[in-house]
Amino acid sequence: MGYTLKLRVWRGDKSGGEIKDYPVEVSEGEVVLDAIHRVQGTQAGDLAVRWNCKAGKCGSCSAEVNGKPRLMCMCRLSDFEEDETITVTPMRTFPVIRDLVTDVSFNYEKAKELPSFAPPPRDADNKRRMAQVDVERGQEFRKCIECFLCQNTCHVVRDHEENKQAFAGPRFFLRYAELDMHPLDTNDRRKLAQDAAGLGMCNITKCCTEVCPEGIKITDNAIIPMKERVADRKFDPLVWLGSKIGIRNKDDDGRVEL
Amino acid sequence: MSTGTAGVGQEGRHPMTGNALDGDAEGGMERHTYDVVVIGAGGAGLRAAIAAHEAGARTAIVCKSLLGKAHTVMAEGGIAAAMGNRWPEDNWEVHFRDTMRGGKMLNNWRMAQLHAQEAPERVMELEDWGALFDRTEDGLISQRDFGGHKYARLAHVGDRTGLEMIRTLQQRAVQLGIDVFMECTITDVFVSASSTSGEKAIAGAFGYWRESGRFIVFDSPTVILATGGIGKSFKVTSNSWEYTGDGHALAMRAGASLINMEFIQFHPTGMVWPPSVKGLLVTESVRGDGGILKNSEGKRFMFDYIPEFFKAETADTVEEADAWYEDKKNNRRPPELLPRDEVARAINSEIKAGRGTPHGGIYLDIASRRTPEFIKKRLPSMYHQFKELADVDITAEPMEIGPTCHYVMGGVEVDADTQESAVTGLYAVGECSGGMHGSNRLGGNSLGDLLVFGKRAGDAATAYAKGLGANRPKIVEADVKAAERSALAPFEVEGGENPYTIQSDLQQSMNDLVGIIREGSELEESLVAIEAFKERAKTMKVEGHRQYNPGWHLAIDLRNMLIVSESIAKAALARQESRGGHTRNDYPATDPEWGTKNLVVNLTADGTGVELHEKPLPVMPEELTTYFAAAAPMANVQTEEGKN
Repeated sequence: MGYTLKLRVWRGDKSGGEIKDYPVEVSEGEVVLDAIHRVQGTQAGDLAVRWNCKAGKCGSCSAEVNGKPRLMCMCRLSDFEEDETITVTPMRTFPVIRDLVTDVSFNYEKAKELPSFAPPPRDADNKRRMAQVDVERGQEFRKCIECFLCQNTCHVVRDHEENKQAFAGPRFFLRYAELDMHPLDTNDRRKLAQDAAGLGMCNITKCCTEVCPEGIKITDNAIIPMKERVADRKFDPLVWLGSKIGIRNKDDDGRVEL
Repeated sequence: MSTGTAGVGQEGRHPMTGNALDGDAEGGMERHTYDVVVIGAGGAGLRAAIAAHEAGARTAIVCKSLLGKAHTVMAEGGIAAAMGNRWPEDNWEVHFRDTMRGGKMLNNWRMAQLHAQEAPERVMELEDWGALFDRTEDGLISQRDFGGHKYARLAHVGDRTGLEMIRTLQQRAVQLGIDVFMECTITDVFVSASSTSGEKAIAGAFGYWRESGRFIVFDSPTVILATGGIGKSFKVTSNSWEYTGDGHALAMRAGASLINMEFIQFHPTGMVWPPSVKGLLVTESVRGDGGILKNSEGKRFMFDYIPEFFKAETADTVEEADAWYEDKKNNRRPPELLPRDEVARAINSEIKAGRGTPHGGIYLDIASRRTPEFIKKRLPSMYHQFKELADVDITAEPMEIGPTCHYVMGGVEVDADTQESAVTGLYAVGECSGGMHGSNRLGGNSLGDLLVFGKRAGDAATAYAKGLGANRPKIVEADVKAAERSALAPFEVEGGENPYTIQSDLQQSMNDLVGIIREGSELEESLVAIEAFKERAKTMKVEGHRQYNPGWHLAIDLRNMLIVSESIAKAALARQESRGGHTRNDYPATDPEWGTKNLVVNLTADGTGVELHEKPLPVMPEELTTYFAAAAPMANVQTEEGKN
């Protein structure tokens, strides 16, 4: 079953680099990350690559395989023809550190800007109660493994370094939506999502949804509902009138705007 | 200060980590001062850091990977905690008893007790911090069945509980503004004599940034080891590259000891095909939710492997076993839900007897027992994992599975209440500590262990650090130079061997000779083999430079793997009985004599090998022993009242 894969890998650092050929033996059932590891073990011991679980659960081995953002551990060689060349390059939206490893600190900086969950006190018996149907919306978003492929593919920041300051990206719109839909959270982050996180810059082209290895419907289930919630707050004439004459919207009950 | 303190905003420096990005920037030593330095950012490390920070310590988290990628994300089933949400009669005493029995009574009783008592509150805290657990009909945190637990007790989120737990703790740590040094590997902890008492104590730690290869020194009177396990010493494992026994080895080099190293948990259900994912975990929840094990003849063989110890509480007919899922009050548990060591050995025997599957495993079948909708709802990651990696639809066909190296029960010997090792200021938590799980860990007890003892260690380390005042042990500068030399040694070798080759040979050897079923002669052979690997490792060389160089990183980790492997093999050879995660073909019986002692491993005086001695097991107080009397009220599931 084995054959020699025509593998090409980008090698270099922030000062530049090039795509190099690494013909490598592969066998049945293997994935791109196996091929990379074999190159590392036999041809280029210093080939830099991030990986951990090798099971699509940790989101470390993100890269671009033939130009498509993928997790290398979930990218099966059997999806390619045996004579096909596979080219692996680092994620383009983030600065290269070395070879396939990029500086993803953008994402960790954005995470820090997001106000955390703020629950009310527990019930009298020291427990909390939520309905399964209510937690399921947030659970979909919490499947996110932080591979940052959605951030990488989003055209607002891909090749637009200048937008990074004002734009948190799909991964964090997920987080805003998750908290906004949390049955117990007491914060209202809608203004923040719109202003500080740049939700308005997203024009829902769904590229993020397409590359999500967890199959999270980022655009349909998180971004669009979040945009609607922001619009409700801002533009609904009744809400506007209510706020002018001091009547609180039901949606704002018990929530503190941040 | 923000995450990663050094040089934020400085030219040519990483905005997050503060390290120089230039590959040439090897000179100069970055130096930081903290009260508590936590090594590892899995569940235990994060929980320890949160506790230390909240107790007022200046705290740093140092981890080999990016934040949020630690092995805790791989945990699937849930967190065992006697919250009583499904079964009001569940309480810490039942959980304590289950834990001790699962560990074949070799557990440190005090750790098992603390764990059972404190796990429920630790789970509730996660919910306070934003975790979204699955719910019961009443809206409480749902709890699921798992092997060895008498009641449905595991708080869970589908089959991705570990991801939920690490993300919750990560978000909490970020919110609190704890400094995180990610992609930074600690290679040494420093021990110095106290200026006042002269007693040896922790003074700090030394490591390198993976990104740049530059060195970094932490001045800190406490170090909490939370580095996880040792699975990468074995070929077939569910563990990631990080699991090289760093904490185990760092502790030994600092003068602490390890216990119970002979006990390795081989999880009964790992994937066996395709080869590239061999060993990858298949959660026990598959069995908890109705999955059964069958051999190539279609026989549900677990009924042939019910040990005497568990006979009273295990169903002996298919009818009773199947009825249990619906009516737990009037039926006993299916044998598929025996503790992991029992199930793994049974699978191993069936495969050896020639009743395995085409790819050398056993069938795990849930497709014929539950609807596709149920399977996709309860086991979404498993469905995804098999579909994507093996092209198998688990709602339509059985999985092929076999045992895989999953967890090490053994670890740093610590004080049960504080998690402090024999070295003052050095703590160990989670998988890299020993004692809590005895000879075999129950599923679901790992995540609880991380939380309960993570918090305890964080609190204890902070109290100690604060009590020191100005009398902190100082790092001996010669030790820093020595650490630097040692880390750079692999670059200086001419014509030596590639570390990848040595690692791969070690993994094969450990798998073959120190695996699930052991034999005295093979263990002796393995010790000879390990000596040879140690020789080869002396002259291993790496290519390239210091910037993000996995070959160099492996060369450093390999030293830890070798010490740990030797500890496992030596302890396994010494323990002449079979118990929990240690099975000897030549000593198949469990020996009550061995049930009263632990094997303790230390580094030899010259630091080139390990030595072993026996130590009596801590004796349980009288009032706790009543739970284990033959006629104890909890001995028979059938008489229990309760609802599912």
